[in-house]
Amino acid sequence: MENFSSNNRFRSVFNHDDEDHGKDYVGFATLPNQVHRKSVKKGFDFTLMVAGESGLGKSTLVNSLFLTDLYKDRKLLNAEERITQTVEITKHTVDIEEKGVKLKLTIVDTPGFGDAVNNTECWKSVADYIDQQFEQYFRDESGLNRKNIQDNRVHCCLYFISPFGHGLRPLDVEFMKALHEKVNIVPVLAKADTLTPSEIEKKKIKMREEIELCGIKIYQFPDCDSDEDEEFKQQDLALKESIPFAVIGSNIVVEAKGKKVRGRQYPWGIVEVENAAHCDFVKLRNMLVRTHMQDLKDVTRETHYENYRAQCIQSMTRMVVKERNRNKLTRESGTDFPIPVVPGAGDSETEKLIREKDEELRRMQEMLLRIQDQMHTQKDAY
Amino acid sequence: MASSDVALLPDKGVRPLSLAGHVGFDSLPDQLVNKSIYQGFCFNILCIGETGIGKSTLMDTLFNTNFENFESSHFEPQVKLRAQTYDLQESNVRLRLTVVNTVGFGDQMNKQESYQPVVDYIDKQFESYLQEELKIKRSLHNYHDSRVHACLYFISPSGHSLKSLDLVTMKKLDSKVNIIPVIAKADTISKSELHKFKIKIMSELVSNGVQIYQFPLDDENVAKVNTTMNGHLPFAVVGSTEEVSVGNKMVKARQYPWGVVQVENENHCDFVKLREMLICVNMEDLREQTHTRHYELYRRCKLEEMGFKDTDPESKPVSLQETYEAKRQEFLVELQKREDEMRQMFVQRVKEKESELKDAERELQGRFEQLKRLHADEKAALEDKRRLLEEDQSSFSKRRAAAQLLQAQSLTANGKKDKDRKNSGFM
Repeated sequence: MENFSSNNRFRSVFNHDDEDHGKDYVGFATLPNQVHRKSVKKGFDFTLMVAGESGLGKSTLVNSLFLTDLYKDRKLLNAEERITQTVEITKHTVDIEEKGVKLKLTIVDTPGFGDAVNNTECWKSVADYIDQQFEQYFRDESGLNRKNIQDNRVHCCLYFISPFGHGLRPLDVEFMKALHEKVNIVPVLAKADTLTPSEIEKKKIKMREEIELCGIKIYQFPDCDSDEDEEFKQQDLALKESIPFAVIGSNIVVEAKGKKVRGRQYPWGIVEVENAAHCDFVKLRNMLVRTHMQDLKDVTRETHYENYRAQCIQSMTRMVVKERNRNKLTRESGTDFPIPVVPGAGDSETEKLIREKDEELRRMQEMLLRIQDQMHTQKDAY
Repeated sequence: MASSDVALLPDKGVRPLSLAGHVGFDSLPDQLVNKSIYQGFCFNILCIGETGIGKSTLMDTLFNTNFENFESSHFEPQVKLRAQTYDLQESNVRLRLTVVNTVGFGDQMNKQESYQPVVDYIDKQFESYLQEELKIKRSLHNYHDSRVHACLYFISPSGHSLKSLDLVTMKKLDSKVNIIPVIAKADTISKSELHKFKIKIMSELVSNGVQIYQFPLDDENVAKVNTTMNGHLPFAVVGSTEEVSVGNKMVKARQYPWGVVQVENENHCDFVKLREMLICVNMEDLREQTHTRHYELYRRCKLEEMGFKDTDPESKPVSLQETYEAKRQEFLVELQKREDEMRQMFVQRVKEKESELKDAERELQGRFEQLKRLHADEKAALEDKRRLLEEDQSSFSKRRAAAQLLQAQSLTANGKKDKDRKNSGFM
């Protein structure tokens, strides 16, 4: 999978440059080149969340994916301490660079998820964290100074499913149902070296069925265009049928058949992490880092964030309308007129102003009524 | 069946003698063995572990047979236990094996009550044995012993430590059953990780005071083997009923793209150790421990709950029967007292009701009298009025009669006058 389509385009642009120079040549074919340059200068950022029970190999996989050691001083809790453990959210941010391209990678971890004896609503703190990041971005975006907005929104969530069961568990279903509309969920079958190839096939099919049955919307790979070459289409299809990815992670380098590879050494053989016949690690890495990273960010920005924003605004205007309706029912005043919902009313400041004005109006109406009553009583008195 | 041990104390009156020849009572163990072979053996295993962790597969592999299991779903609302009994035979030894599996263990969101069905099941088996023992007409030698002799606890191979649920459950069970923890699906842990994992598990069990089953060291024949095996706990097992050809043999194994995990290869996993320890060497000891330790503990707690004691306040030994009789008397007396109390209460209530009714009656009576008086008064008043009315009427009719008479007289007088006038006019 060394031929990225974008790379192809990149090279073909250069080729054209040499040939058509001088004819009807305008020059905007170099736009992708300019985009490339600017983006390299700006640098990229990516936030990846990993979620799943303890002991499924999340940290090892993250280290294998990005070939660094993010979890140097990690303290694991004892079983006794985990009985009443609550879910925490931890963030590790690292800056990595490759061929001049800088990536600010943030890994959000969820230690304690699913570890306590009572796990009811343990996904709540995760959902709250994601909402918080959205809210933060929403506020920043609506602010006056938007120069240096930090994008901490979670772009992708790798959910680790245990291979020791028969399929999805209630905890898995609940977590994914709670978060599938907030973040791109990529389910991953952890510690896949416990399953033979036929078992992996069966489990994947079963899990895909269960996911569809429960109505969980995991991250869908974008369909490739019909004019892409056959090889690419095949790869794309293979990718879609590998969900959930059966992965194995390793931080250790072992020697297999004379080569030094990342793997796990057993008395009966060596599992190579990067061997496509052994596990789907390579597919996952390619998908996550090499081909679909930008798409994940786009879906987060265009779908999940926009959903959140729309909901947020709707609930705010609903609050305002409800108040006004309450006013309508209790007082028959003619000062009620529907304030038009301005299309650009993403401004929380104007919302606040509107609310304040409404308050004032209400207060004035109250005073008016009181004065009227007083007049009536005085009249009766006479 | 484990026989009750008769402790041979070195009594002062008993002196050891030496034999002059071969008597033949060294065949006593053989007689015992023949008897037990004739009766057949019975063994009950309880397997606790998450759904899909490999309990049924391991049982199939251990006993080299197919126990007809089906996959359970992950969405059971509560933990249940499923017991199945099988009759197995190897050479001339018959074994009645009961395998109890947990269904839905570890799947619920809230696992605080997950251990309860297991504890209830174990207690129920103890209870039915106790009931049989306490019966008047009992048949213990024919009784099918359903008490759990061994509990295999399947630990998920996370590689870090025990799960919180494991700790909580094992703590609740360690005084009721012989717990043998096993690491399931051990082909996902490398050798070095396994070593660390085992140490961590054992240290966690020790630091939380969980007593797992230790293989016995008192019999010199097996002490050495048992000691080494004790050091290998918990056993890391791999189960498989499929056969793969390795070399020129068919062995039970799991085939991976990177190699073949052989179940009976001691280098690959501890399955052989588990089979040897559980079945070949210590099965009888497990049954004995269940009977002498766990069952006795249960029995003692249960009877103490009911109020029985071995010695009364003056530290004199009290027999069970006497205590039972005493309890029974006490119970009957209490029953009688309650009956009396209830009767008294009943009588009192009746009295109260009676007096209430009487009061009500009196009140009604009073009101009745009052009403009667009123009625009489009104009647009298009415009578008076009637009389007055009649008097008025009679005086009125008298006056009317008088008035009519007067009118008639005046008319005739007038008529005469008119006649007179008429007559006078004519004249």
